[in-house]
Amino acid sequence: MTAQATNAAAAEQRVFHLAEAEDHDHAGGNGATILGFWIYLMSDALIFAALFATFGVLSASYAGGPAPREIFELPLVALNTALLLISSLTFGFGMIEMEAGRARGTQLWLVVTALFGAAFVGIELYEFASLFAEGATPQRSAFLSAFFTLVSTHGLHVTFGLIWIVTMLVQIGQRGLVIENRRRLLCLSMFWHFLDIIWIGVFTFVYLFGVLR
Amino acid sequence: MHEQSFLKTVFGRLTIDSLPIHEPILFTTFIVVAALGLVILAAITYFRLWGYLWHEWFTSVDHKRIGIMYVVLGIVMLVRGFSDALMMRAQQAIAFGANEGYLPAHHYDQIFTAHGTIMIFFVAIPLVVGLINFVMPLQIGARDVAFPFLNNLSFWLTVAGAALVMLSLFVGEFARTGWLSYAPLAELAYSPDTGVDYYLWSLEIAGVGTTLSAINMVATVLKMRAPGMTMMKMPVFCWTALCSNVLAVAIFPALTAAFFLLLLDRYVGTNFFTNEGGGSPMMYWNLVWIWGHPEVYVLVLPAFGIYSEITSTFTGKRLFGYSSMVYATVVITILSYIVWLHHFFTMGSGASVNSFFGIATMVISIPTGAKVFNWLFTMYRGQIRFELPMMWVLAFMLTFVVGGMTGVLLAIPPADFVLHNSLFLVAHFHNVIIGGVVFGLLAGITYWFPKAFGFKLDPFWGKVSFWGWVIGYWIAWTPIYVVGLMGVTRRIHHIDDVSLQPYFVVAAFGALIILVGIVGTVMSIVMGIVHREKLRDVTGDPWNGRTLEWSTSSPPAAYNFAFTPVVHELDTWYDMKSRGYERPAAGYRPIHMPKNTGTGVCLSALAFLLGFGMIWYIWWLTAISAVGLLAVAVGHTFNYSRDYFIRAEAVARVERERTRLMAPGA
Repeated sequence: MTAQATNAAAAEQRVFHLAEAEDHDHAGGNGATILGFWIYLMSDALIFAALFATFGVLSASYAGGPAPREIFELPLVALNTALLLISSLTFGFGMIEMEAGRARGTQLWLVVTALFGAAFVGIELYEFASLFAEGATPQRSAFLSAFFTLVSTHGLHVTFGLIWIVTMLVQIGQRGLVIENRRRLLCLSMFWHFLDIIWIGVFTFVYLFGVLR
Repeated sequence: MHEQSFLKTVFGRLTIDSLPIHEPILFTTFIVVAALGLVILAAITYFRLWGYLWHEWFTSVDHKRIGIMYVVLGIVMLVRGFSDALMMRAQQAIAFGANEGYLPAHHYDQIFTAHGTIMIFFVAIPLVVGLINFVMPLQIGARDVAFPFLNNLSFWLTVAGAALVMLSLFVGEFARTGWLSYAPLAELAYSPDTGVDYYLWSLEIAGVGTTLSAINMVATVLKMRAPGMTMMKMPVFCWTALCSNVLAVAIFPALTAAFFLLLLDRYVGTNFFTNEGGGSPMMYWNLVWIWGHPEVYVLVLPAFGIYSEITSTFTGKRLFGYSSMVYATVVITILSYIVWLHHFFTMGSGASVNSFFGIATMVISIPTGAKVFNWLFTMYRGQIRFELPMMWVLAFMLTFVVGGMTGVLLAIPPADFVLHNSLFLVAHFHNVIIGGVVFGLLAGITYWFPKAFGFKLDPFWGKVSFWGWVIGYWIAWTPIYVVGLMGVTRRIHHIDDVSLQPYFVVAAFGALIILVGIVGTVMSIVMGIVHREKLRDVTGDPWNGRTLEWSTSSPPAAYNFAFTPVVHELDTWYDMKSRGYERPAAGYRPIHMPKNTGTGVCLSALAFLLGFGMIWYIWWLTAISAVGLLAVAVGHTFNYSRDYFIRAEAVARVERERTRLMAPGA
């Protein structure tokens, strides 16, 4: 009975504001940046979804031009896939170093990751150059338009990832693993792994299914 | 010959003939706009306002100021978009039989394209985003959005897009392809001039802004709510803002991709949507409508939120069926994503596909209907105050329901085969967008204006605006419904059958009555400013509101809340008032806030130049702006000191001033 009365009194005296001691801190982050970056990645995934859908619709529109089987070199693409997957692994090692608070180690693994990434972009450019030399250009057929756009949009993302890695290398060098840099590295790692996942889709649906067709 | 190629390198395809020197209508408009612009610039310079505007507004990351700037942009562009509407109505009222009207066909086509593009992308979206920006953080008890700099950048990217559309009026041409620029007409082979390029670049740039803004708002609602505010204690407007922005994140990528592919077709010569080379024009239609249909709900859901807030406030009651309102909003969000094909039943995808999309479309009317009943039941036995915002709600219900019903009619595939591309369709979507979105935005502006500026809008001109819009809408669009049902198709520059002329004359008069409404809207702001002392509100709560934004001063201080509010009930401010809440008079602490930055303006200016260079094939400009964009964006990340503290004494000073103003007799 008394307990109930006390409860009722407490309810009457509701607290309507924080005394601010527990105020959240912007720089420390309340996880909003990570959530926001996840949402950005999902919106980017939808751009790729639109490109995949377009490729799906146009993948048999050869317009008298070459078919996938005649132009794709699977061993080269397999090598490229391996390079990108390994780069995800090396980025993971970099994040372990970051968690351990070792700035040098983090930078080292980032450099290794960037080298794998650059090799991936290089091989992709080589592949494009040889396709061009065979006359398989984006203008040749709708299939080739969709192929080049999907693959090079991914490649462009990897290139931006490389610029971001270089930026982070400088920023870690300047300030060490401060909280902002750790947050940025977390976002960058999500971006890098995300591109890996997209590539697995490209490898499967564009190259493997293309050669099966 | 040598000089020719030099000019081509410097100016691309931009020549003296790109300016409207041979078009009297355009040239006069240009002179008037240029003179007006010069007067405004001179006035700003004369009154030494540049520094103030730059430091307090353009570089501001304050969500309230960005919200206000969005609304200003929306109203300015509304005037442009509506001028286009008047020109079309005038043309269609006279161009019968032997009379060819006053607009040449190629000009008329640009006008209807610009009208649709501007009204959706640069009027409706900025107004909706602006209101969400201003109101939502206040309603959830936050001090800013999750990413304040991104918010500023989003706004300026939208401005860059709008500036490109405006520029197309005087330099070169705008698209003549309709507001979604369908392929294959929008391909280079059929539209070789700059029009479609203006269209694509301005919308790509503005679209990036809208996507970033949507991500920002979703993160804000999910992460920045005041302690105690669970999802089901959020005001309905915040729910609709959340759903609208989730939807925007889900659809804008499709539009970006579709436009990107069309750009590749036009610039690189790929074959995505061409007639040759295996391209598929209908793929473009699918992609743009995957964006396009949900976009309607991106706009109308926040309007539904506004109606909910207003209905509850002006009937002095809790919203009837809060949770059903929330679920209805979520269901509409999901359903809106699976109905896009009803925009082209005539594509020929077969009976089963058409049935699926037709039925899915009709199903949307169920949660929407539930909402209408919730508003009605909120009003039932309430003490309704028929002030201007509430009048808009009633006009909305009467108007929107008709638009909803014609929508269900169009959702029936066999009926759509007859009505596709007709003026009946045009009347339908104007019915839902004017009756649903525009009325809601005007209601919202009237409702929250005193919060933003500390005084109400002028009530007389507000009523002129109301009656002008409502009566004008019905007189302008009823005849269009009728001729549409008779089979008149859209985008017609000249009609042979003179017997149809009276309908179009009546429609033109209706448009003039809407003009009275727009003048009323603008005048209610102007006269509100003139009579601001009489219309002043010092309480911060002029309508006896129920949600947290009304607990702050009007206009709210930069930090919004001196103390972070704690939420116990759905209608938090009503709860606080009914329990005799007193503002704390002491114990202020320093408040952590983000710093202003000019980076957003800078990036957007570069994006504008990039677009301009691409449109006119000025490759050096494009290259420089692209490198500049990357450099400024990366450079911005080297700035680590992005926030500061408002000192406790400064907070105390602001709060003491408010206490003084609120004291009786002050």
